[in-house]
Amino acid sequence: MLNRPATDTQITHLRRLWLYLLCALVMIFLVAPTLLVIPMSFSDSRYLTFPPESWSLRWYEAYFSSIEWREATFVSFNAAFWTTILATFTGTLAAYGLHTARVKGSRYVQVALALPMMIPVILMAIGIFIFFAPLGLNNSVTGLVLAHSVLAIPLVLISVTAGLKNFDLNQELVARSMGASRPWAFLTVTLPQIRNSVISGALLAFITSLDEVVIALLIAGGDKATLTRRMFLALRDEIDPTIAAISTLLILVSIALLTLSQFLQADRKR
Amino acid sequence: MSLAPTAGRNAAALARQARMEKGRLISLTTPALALVGCVVLIPIGWLFYLSFVGPDGFTLINYERLLHPSYYVTLSTTFQLAIVVTAICLLLGYPLAYLAAQLSPRWAGLVLMCVLFPFWTSLLVRTYAWLVLLQRKGVVNTWLQSLGLIDEPLRLVHNFTGTTIGMVHIMLPFMVLPLYASMKTIDQVYMKAAANLGASPMRAFWQIYVPLSLPGLAAGLIVVFALSLGFYVTPALLGGGRVMMWAMQIERSIAVYSDWGAASALGVVLLVITLGILWILSALTGAFKSKEK
Repeated sequence: MLNRPATDTQITHLRRLWLYLLCALVMIFLVAPTLLVIPMSFSDSRYLTFPPESWSLRWYEAYFSSIEWREATFVSFNAAFWTTILATFTGTLAAYGLHTARVKGSRYVQVALALPMMIPVILMAIGIFIFFAPLGLNNSVTGLVLAHSVLAIPLVLISVTAGLKNFDLNQELVARSMGASRPWAFLTVTLPQIRNSVISGALLAFITSLDEVVIALLIAGGDKATLTRRMFLALRDEIDPTIAAISTLLILVSIALLTLSQFLQADRKR
Repeated sequence: MSLAPTAGRNAAALARQARMEKGRLISLTTPALALVGCVVLIPIGWLFYLSFVGPDGFTLINYERLLHPSYYVTLSTTFQLAIVVTAICLLLGYPLAYLAAQLSPRWAGLVLMCVLFPFWTSLLVRTYAWLVLLQRKGVVNTWLQSLGLIDEPLRLVHNFTGTTIGMVHIMLPFMVLPLYASMKTIDQVYMKAAANLGASPMRAFWQIYVPLSLPGLAAGLIVVFALSLGFYVTPALLGGGRVMMWAMQIERSIAVYSDWGAASALGVVLLVITLGILWILSALTGAFKSKEK
């Protein structure tokens, strides 16, 4: 048995053709449904088909001419922008603090900061709703930004911590030994070198806020409704083809952000 | 002679300074902690309190009600769906992660892009895509009919089937990514050694590869299961109101019945189970890691 040729112990491509086929199908399953929305959004009919029987831009017109959809888009991007600022700032500070301090309690701090990723969102949404009510933060962009930042902080933390792990902090020590203060050394030596991790974290924060539905469903009503909240309600009541147009635009945003983050990662590895 | 005490004093001063420095550094986490404390911990604590309070003070009535048959249906649907989704994700995700880990960086990059693309695309957009694809006159039914596989359009959406398909699509990346990460660390030398010692490829796979991929497997399974238990958006849309999930029950308790006590009790039980599952995960991966050492 031990004397059989090595090829016997190796799996040929043909023998695992099923694996390639299965994986190709799974990859199609992962990507195709979303991409099919793009051509369907140019359909002329109320009942979206693929391929569309006749083409038109009517759903894009419906989107751009609707004040409600435009307002919701503005609220979403506005909230996502401020969430990115707040979460990236606090998350980067925390990641740096945890990475450099190395004290006993830091494990617990890390767990506490990761909690928003583990707690079911519906529960956070309800908790935030009753907590924000007396503070008057419901139906406000400030409230949305605070809630979304909490969801985004763990992601920024993970991204920046990964960047710090690949960075030699002794460089900062050198800068400080030459008279730079700690904050100055961080800003001029460390931050430029972990920049890509920070930006990756910021992109994650942005997309997290832009995509969030459940919390917005509870705490963002009236003229502060987000795009996803309006989309959810429109989908629950009746499938409005306008959503195909909005989805296409959102897919383009996702593709842009994903490409950017992959680009940053490739750059980081170099 | 006089040098030693000075050095001692200096060392003490240095140690004190180092402690202060660490204190200052750890205080950089304060803004993030304050946010999480205010927006997550206090509200969840308040929900916990609400679940035990009735009109006459302390009560367990909210928890007793969870034993009622109507809740039983929701909870069993939730667990069924979570188990089915986790199982399908395992069956589809393991081969994909395995292949990606074997491929050259270029092809592995392609597989990873396919996994990351849904990850970055809006949950709602993906759910909407399934809604359109699976509807009565949707793409899937049209194609199946034109291929002659079915005569009548199948009911694929607004039921358990549609919810399962949609949820697998959302959860699959959460299975593939940890699996891939752990498979990437498996040294191919072990497989070659097994083959050298006469193991068939299948035997080497089951006895060497699978056990070595267990940390990622455990992480994937538990994360998918925990996320599925608390999932709201996709079941609410693809289930069409017919598939009642735990999170939807919580939302309904408030939106329809304004019953904060019931919602809080449901939420607390969900939270305890979810955190319990995740705690098992960290214990398990810890165990695997210590075994490796």
